[in-house]
Parts: sequence; structure tokens; C-alpha cells
Amino acid sequence: MTARVAQLRRTAVPYVLELPGGLWVVVFFVVPLAAILSVSLMTGNSIDGYSLTWNFHIYPEVIDQYSTQFLRSFYYGLASTAIALVVMYPVAYWIAFHGGRHKSTMLLVILLPFFVSFVIRILTWQFILADQGIVLGTLKDIGLLPSDFHVLSTPAAVIAGLTYDSLPFMALPIYVALDNIDRTHIEAAADLGASRLQQFLRVVLPLSAPGVYAGILLVAITNIGDYVSAAILGGPSTTMIGNIIQTQYVENANYPTASALALILMAALLLGMYVYARAFGTRTIQEYV
Amino acid sequence: MEADDPAFLRGLTQSRLSRRQLVRAGAAVAAAGSVGSILSACGISGTRDTGAPAGFDWASWWTQQRKHGVLDWANWPLYIDTSHGSHPSLELFTKQTGIQVNYKPVIQDNASFFSQISPVLQSKQGIGYDLIVITDGWELTQMIANRWLIPLDHSRIPNFARYAGPIAKHPVFDPKNRYTVTWQAGITGIGYNPKNTGREITSVKDLWDPAFKGKVGMMSDDTELGSVGMLALGIDPAKSTPADWKRAAALLTKQRDDGIVRQYYDQSYIKALEDGDTWITQAWSGDIFQANYSGFKDLKFVIPKEGGMLWHDNCMIPLHAQNPVDALEWMDFYYQPKVEAMIEDWVNYLCPVPAAQGKIANGLDDPAVANSPLVFPSAAEIKRLRGYYDFRGIDDHNQWTSIFDPIIQS
Repeated sequence: MTARVAQLRRTAVPYVLELPGGLWVVVFFVVPLAAILSVSLMTGNSIDGYSLTWNFHIYPEVIDQYSTQFLRSFYYGLASTAIALVVMYPVAYWIAFHGGRHKSTMLLVILLPFFVSFVIRILTWQFILADQGIVLGTLKDIGLLPSDFHVLSTPAAVIAGLTYDSLPFMALPIYVALDNIDRTHIEAAADLGASRLQQFLRVVLPLSAPGVYAGILLVAITNIGDYVSAAILGGPSTTMIGNIIQTQYVENANYPTASALALILMAALLLGMYVYARAFGTRTIQEYV
Repeated sequence: MEADDPAFLRGLTQSRLSRRQLVRAGAAVAAAGSVGSILSACGISGTRDTGAPAGFDWASWWTQQRKHGVLDWANWPLYIDTSHGSHPSLELFTKQTGIQVNYKPVIQDNASFFSQISPVLQSKQGIGYDLIVITDGWELTQMIANRWLIPLDHSRIPNFARYAGPIAKHPVFDPKNRYTVTWQAGITGIGYNPKNTGREITSVKDLWDPAFKGKVGMMSDDTELGSVGMLALGIDPAKSTPADWKRAAALLTKQRDDGIVRQYYDQSYIKALEDGDTWITQAWSGDIFQANYSGFKDLKFVIPKEGGMLWHDNCMIPLHAQNPVDALEWMDFYYQPKVEAMIEDWVNYLCPVPAAQGKIANGLDDPAVANSPLVFPSAAEIKRLRGYYDFRGIDDHNQWTSIFDPIIQS
């Protein structure tokens, strides 16, 4: 009898322990997701109400209608991720290997602007990049730029805003990966005759891959879904899918279209992540090395 | 940029969370919870018939209402006279009537304010305000159609009948002022900097002039954008048809595709004009007036020869308001020329009380405001103003947005 109770307890304990986490996932992820899916299949309007009619046609319809904005979101998101990587890898490298006792100070300096609200920071770029602002105005006055040159309202401004906002999210994981590298590996490579470049390419870079991988994920997912940068810095043809979702949901109370767009975006991001993980997941990279 | 630039501050000002808002947030959560239960019934309920019963006897309801000495009021930021952090007109009101005003400048734009209060009103709860200010447009149309507003008892606001000017009386969207009285009105016309354009602007068609390629600002509000498109075609927006909307959309799309439009702006259009990012832009009269005051003296505003659009920001009493009599008392107080002058001298939009002009010129010694055609337009200019198209229902409105939104969000 006691043996059976003990047996039962052994079987039950993992499930009981899993309960809080499982509940959390169900309540805050599965239920909302099911709700969004169900709303996306409804038809109606905000005055008469929406009812579930299993309107699957909405998916091809919104893809057809908003494919430009979808593709543009991925283009802007990935471009800004690439730029952030190129800019921040050397910074993280320098802090990790040459920061000395000032490492934490330098990390704080990277993070400092981010204590100010996101919207305010993007608005500040409006001032900096204004046609007659401190940058362009000066360059125009000394004749380096034609007088009708402008940055605001162009795709470049949107990508710049996205990039700027993602810098620390790219730098931090890369820094952690670089900082954790066992320095004896590098010394060993040097002892075996590797040049500085070879040490970097064959030892440091592969060992920092998990950080790069995480940084890219963090930044790309956030930026592809962003709508603030396009709304504040963009122009007539820089609308991203986040802007469409926001307009449809808040201004037009068109919940089905907004939900369908959100789900398509999520599915596309998941698919992208899957392919990315298969191609560049840390395990394969380490196996490759 | 000036630190006290009102358009900028209006964009930044945010409310702090008060106890009342927490209560409302609770109501919103409850409403969200009800979304869950609705989901099980496979639908989201609409707003139809969630307001006052049709044919409700408001006259006898009003006879039972008493003054409570409190007024909870939601308005837009920077939309009332302000001096050293307090509002003289509100203080005078409290002194004269004993009514304590909780003034909250929490409304940032009509759509998002409506989306905040809509679930609460839909669940037949009060939104915690006795007085709110909403622009004529789709949101106000819905407030009226859903019977979410308490019809005003005009016997308690005699100053409105006595002093309201032609701008404020009998607007298209609320004939007989059954639900609303004007807080401030304004004109949507064209703002420009003659130093950049090199000539004076007279016509809506100047917004399509290739000479200003990349320097034209248009509004991201689809009602404003569609209306100016129709003015350019010589169509009165208030009397337009869906066929007209499509023609206007074609004209606006061409303007965008030709690279003439710099950007579709919200209120930030005024900063773009001040900074020289745009040379000519769709503009609201009061913003140009305030820009002139805050150092941008070159900027000009014109009501184009095809006509300007006249909009109204309106005071109204939402259903379930706790202190409706106090709200009426404020409306009556506001429509006195002396009080209106105090506020007008600070706000500078279109004044609903013509008699305030004399008070501003003499009592307040501010001829710049009193003589401004942007604050007190002449009768001839008022005749050139057009009303917006009044949406006949949700399908009508959806058709409008489906025609004009793709231009703005391309």
C-alpha cells in the first residue's frame, strides 16, 4: 500500500511542479492566441458586433492587400539588424577585451540613453535629422549637401531609427558571449602559430556565435514588428505592418483584419526563426568548428 | 524649438494616473474579462442599443437632477487659459458657483479616447467624467447614434442662446445643439511660408503644384485628407457621394505618386512647417496663429478660394455622468462673453462667442487676438467654410476609410 502511494507520488510530483509554469503559458499565451485566431475569423462591424463565421478568406485577402507592407517590414527589420550587428560587434569586442576595470561604466554608457522613453528618443531624432537641423543644416550651409537634400520621411530615416533603438540589445548578448570566452583558448591558438586574424576568425568569432545569434533574434523580431519609427521618422511610402495593425485596431475597430495581420506576422516570424535556427543555430556552428 | 511650443507640448503631455483612472482601468479590465466570456459565445458584441433607451423622457429626468458642487471634466491638453499652473477661468467658476472642478487634459486624439471610453459605455458604466470634448467626426457620430450622450437641458444654459455666434449654433452634425455646444471651432486651410514658396497661396490646387515637390505636408487624418481632395475637385464634402470620394482619392494618390507629398502628418505638421521641412501644408488655423506668436512670424494661413473646412470641438455630457447639472452650469458660465474672452485670449482658435471680441480688445487689451481673422472671422469668411461629411452609418464610414487609408498608409 505504502509502496503504491510512493509510486503515485513519484509520478505526480513532476506534474504538480510543472503546474504553475503550465498555467502561466495557458493563461497568458494559449488563451490570447486562441482569442486572436477566433477574432480573425469573425465578420461584422463595431456597431452591430462581430460574430464567428469562420471567414478564412480574410487571410489571403489581407496578404494580398498588405504584401508590400509585410515585405517592407522584413526589409527594414533585417537591414537595421545587420547594421546594428556590424556597428555593435566591435564595440562589444572592445569592451570585453580592452575595457579593463571600466567595463561596467562603458556598458552603462551604452544603456544610458535608454533610460529615456522610446518615443522621446525617436522624437529627438526628428530634431537632429530635420532638413535645417543641426546636422543637415550645417552640412548644407558649408555646401556639402544640396539644399533640397533630406533624410526624414525616407526609408533611410526609418531604418536609422530602428537601428539606433536596437543597439544595446545587440551589444549586450554579444558582450556576454565574448566576455565568457576562456582566454586560454586564445593563448593556445597563438601558441600553435595562429595569426591575430586567425585567432579571431577561428576562435573568438565562433565562440561568440551564441551571443550574435541571440542578438540578431532579439533585434530582428522587435524591429520587424515596430511601428513607432515609421510613424515618426517615415514618409508617404514607409508604412510598416505594425502601423497597419495599429490603425485597423485602434482607429477603425476592424478587429478581424488586425488579428489576421498579427497572426500572419507571428507565423512569418516563427518560420523565419525556425529556418534561421536550423541554418545558424549555435549547435551547428559549433559542430562546424 | 521653443520650450513652450504648444503643439509640441500637446503631443507630449500625458496624464498621471489618478485614482479615478485606476477605477476606470479596472472597468476596462472587467470589460476585457467579458471579452473572454463573449468569446465562448463566439462573437464580440456591438455598441448598438447599449445607450439610453429610445424615447427616454429626458425632460422629467432633468427635473430630478441636482447640483453636487463637483465637475469631472476631460479636455485636450493646452486647451484652457493657464497661468502659473492654475486655470483662472476655472477658479472664477468655483468662486462664483461653489463647484469644484477636476480638470483633466487627458484627450490626445478622438480615436484613441473613443476606444478607451467605448468598452466602458458599452458595458453601461459611467466613464468618470461629466463633461468631455470631442471633435465632430465619426467618433461623435457614434456617440450620438449609440445614444451615449445626455441631451442638454437648454433651459439651464440660457447664455448659449443669448451669446453663441453663427459658428456655434445648429452645426450640421448636431442640429439644434441637442447634445453638444461648441468649445472651440477651427478652420482647416493652408499654412505656408512665403519665403519658401516664393508667392502667396490662394488655392487648394497649390498643394498639387510640382514646384513644391517634396515640400507639401498633408494630414494623416483620413477625414481631413479626403475633404481637401474634394475641395480641389470643387465638390462640397458635406454633400459628397462615394463616387466623389473615389475621384478625390485618385487625385490624392497621384499627388503622392508624383513625389509632391513630403509626409502625411498628425499635429507635428506645424513643426515641419516651422523647420522648413515643408513649405506649404494643410493646417489648422489656431496652430499658425500660435506659431506666429512663438517666433515664427513668416508663417501665413489662408482659407483657399475653394473653401476651408470648419471643425468644432464640442462639450457634451456622457451617459451615466454623476454631475450633469454641474456640467450644464459650466457651459452656461463659459458662454458669457467675459469668461469666453479669458479663455479665448489664451487658446486662440475660432471663438464661438462673437461678443468676446470687444472684451478681449478692451478689457484684456489684446488687439492682436481681437483683430485676428483667425479668431474672429468676418461673416464673408464664415460663408466660405464647409462642413465635413456626416457619416450615415458604419458601412458608410468603412467605405470612406477603405478609399482614403491606403493613400496615407502605402
